[in-house]
Amino acid sequence: MTFFQASEIVKNYANHRALDHVTISVPEKSIYGLLGPNGAGKTTLIRIINQITAPDEGSLTFLGRPMREEDVHQIGYLPEERGLYKKMKVGEQALYLAQLKGLSRQEALKRLKVWFEKFEIQDWWNKKVEELSKGMQQKVQFIVTVIHKPRLLIFDEPFTGFDPINTRMLKEEILNLRKEGATIIFSTHDMASVEELCDHITLINRSRTLLAGPIQEIREKYAGNEYELRFEGDVNLLTATLNSRFSILEHTKEGNVSVLKIKLNDRGTPNDALRILLDAGKILSFNKLTPGMNEIFIRVVSEAGEKETAETLTETTQN
Amino acid sequence: MSKTGLIIRREYMTRVRKKSFIILTLLTPVFMAAMFVIPVLIMSSKDKEVKRIAVVEEGGSLFRGKIHSTQYLKFEYLDNMPLDTLKKEFDQLGYYAILYISPKLAYIPTAARLISRKQPSLDVVTYIQDALKKEIERRKLLSYHIENLDKILKEVETDVKLQTIQISATGEEKRTSTGIAMGIAYVGGLLIYMLTFMFGAMVMRGVIEEKTNRIVEVLISSVKPMQLMMGKIIGIALVGLTQFFLWIALTLAIVTAVTGVLMHGPDQEKKITPQSFFSAGTPQSNTLQEKTISMEDLSQGEQLLTALRSVNWPLILGSFLIFFLGGYLLYASMFAAVGAAVDSETDTQQFMMPITIPLLIALFIAMGAFQNPDSPVAFWGSLIPYTAPVVMMARLPFGVPLWELILSIVLLFLTFLGTVWFAARIYRTGILMYGKKPSWKELWKWIRYKTY
Repeated sequence: MTFFQASEIVKNYANHRALDHVTISVPEKSIYGLLGPNGAGKTTLIRIINQITAPDEGSLTFLGRPMREEDVHQIGYLPEERGLYKKMKVGEQALYLAQLKGLSRQEALKRLKVWFEKFEIQDWWNKKVEELSKGMQQKVQFIVTVIHKPRLLIFDEPFTGFDPINTRMLKEEILNLRKEGATIIFSTHDMASVEELCDHITLINRSRTLLAGPIQEIREKYAGNEYELRFEGDVNLLTATLNSRFSILEHTKEGNVSVLKIKLNDRGTPNDALRILLDAGKILSFNKLTPGMNEIFIRVVSEAGEKETAETLTETTQN
Repeated sequence: MSKTGLIIRREYMTRVRKKSFIILTLLTPVFMAAMFVIPVLIMSSKDKEVKRIAVVEEGGSLFRGKIHSTQYLKFEYLDNMPLDTLKKEFDQLGYYAILYISPKLAYIPTAARLISRKQPSLDVVTYIQDALKKEIERRKLLSYHIENLDKILKEVETDVKLQTIQISATGEEKRTSTGIAMGIAYVGGLLIYMLTFMFGAMVMRGVIEEKTNRIVEVLISSVKPMQLMMGKIIGIALVGLTQFFLWIALTLAIVTAVTGVLMHGPDQEKKITPQSFFSAGTPQSNTLQEKTISMEDLSQGEQLLTALRSVNWPLILGSFLIFFLGGYLLYASMFAAVGAAVDSETDTQQFMMPITIPLLIALFIAMGAFQNPDSPVAFWGSLIPYTAPVVMMARLPFGVPLWELILSIVLLFLTFLGTVWFAARIYRTGILMYGKKPSWKELWKWIRYKTY
């Protein structure tokens, strides 16, 4: 079921178009990755979802109906540019921000107590924010983002400024929240965490969607017909039996074990390959190679860049 | 509580709890009260002990019985005591001073001496000088052998005090004091100017703080930028009002307490001079003030209090409140927009012009209005909303027709609504923009962006 959808969003700024007919469709209880290089338009899209800015064209659908102003109470947003009032006390500030999210004072107090205990930060309550380290401030920030139990969570570059331990903890919390029924949109440059967390992604580049879909499908799609083979035996024999169906891209040796990267041609299937390999030696493993998100990201973005340059060039020659 | 309410409360509470706020709020009334009380205090600071003054007149008794004793000054004529003995036994005799009068006094002004241990207070000296002078004048007149001189003198004796009367449209007459009116105009106009800047800048700093703290985007995902901006402006307005009321209440309390104690002191000289406290304080009459203030403190202090009581305080204070609020709201929204457009306070200079220039112009017009409250410049200045708060306060004590007052207020609040609309549009875009300082052209584009 689609939990949230932004359709054909267009947003123009003074000198450029920040979003050009971008559509994202976020399934319920998914972790949705919003990827793209700096300046691609991710933050603009997130701000539109949060109703901070209005789109020039396009529509937002929340739970199958047009998004309403009070839906912001169902959204928890951790912006990339985030901070707290430095001179204000931690507890007072958390209470204030929670109340701004529509919680009553009592309810906010109760929930904050639970979270402060969970993160073992009860004794920060009466400290001023400026006395906390950056990582500590991020924890407080995380708490006030989720305190009102939003059904949609939006994290913009959530891991910047966290140390590895806190990053781990934050990831666990994100997975927990999903388990509890939240839908999460999450924008990042960190492809490792995308692979680890996201189910779906949209890749935006230069204001346009380049790629969208479930992460597994995307990785499949970008997987070339490549396999990794580990076996013990005579590589030369194997090379000898090579026919046009597959080629060896890489060959390394780990002791007795040969590690080969094989590419099958268009008509070749893994079964064909295995049939040939069976006689060549002792097969330890045979895996399909799927590219990492990092690889896909770079590939897709640079291809798009080339294409765009080419387009610009043709345009200029035509003119 | 509504979101705007929550914002107002935070803006208010964080500022009211600041030490600087508490100190400023408590200290200012002390200074303000001092302004009213010190003249009164000076006059009554003369000590209440009875001073005995020995009068020694060489070769005659012309002045015997001519220097009248008062409640605190007792003059005793010592005919047979030589001055030297008297000086020697000064302490035993317990005199405050010895007044020595030489017969040459009639033609040598310095021929009388007042000898004392302590420097005698000025009013003692003045009192004796007056008495001696009057007696000599009287004697000189006598030498012309004019018949019925005493009677003539009595009849001729005159005292002039120019009363200024304001006549209202209904024909009602009211005693006024031009000095007091000028004083109130001056203080009112200047105070509005200063407070607008002070609290406006507070709004601006608040906006910049939220921007540099990077908290603004967190806030803006829960509340509308307009709510955030108005919450801040109103919160700080309430801080201003709290301060204002505390100032007035504390000042009144101190003034009433101090003067209450002092006014019950007996024997106050009733000499009235037409010079009032405030006009004495203005720069052009500084030299005059030097000469007169200490002698006439008593009458001035007293007159000041009477004149202050004759002022239409509800009108002045009520108008002050309305114009302070209107002016503040008008400028604070502009201050908020400036704060949103920049990243740090040092960058604000460029955008401060539309704020500082009208306020400065207002101050100049107000200065002119003290002299000529009904000139066309003052009239228009008090109607144009950007200058009205300052100029109207400067005109008000001299009397302004009701329709002008109401028109001015209506225009002020309408302009406020318009300005807030523009300011809010710059604000909501500006708070999310970091980095390059925008140009005027860009601000104009921000105003035209689509919003919810």
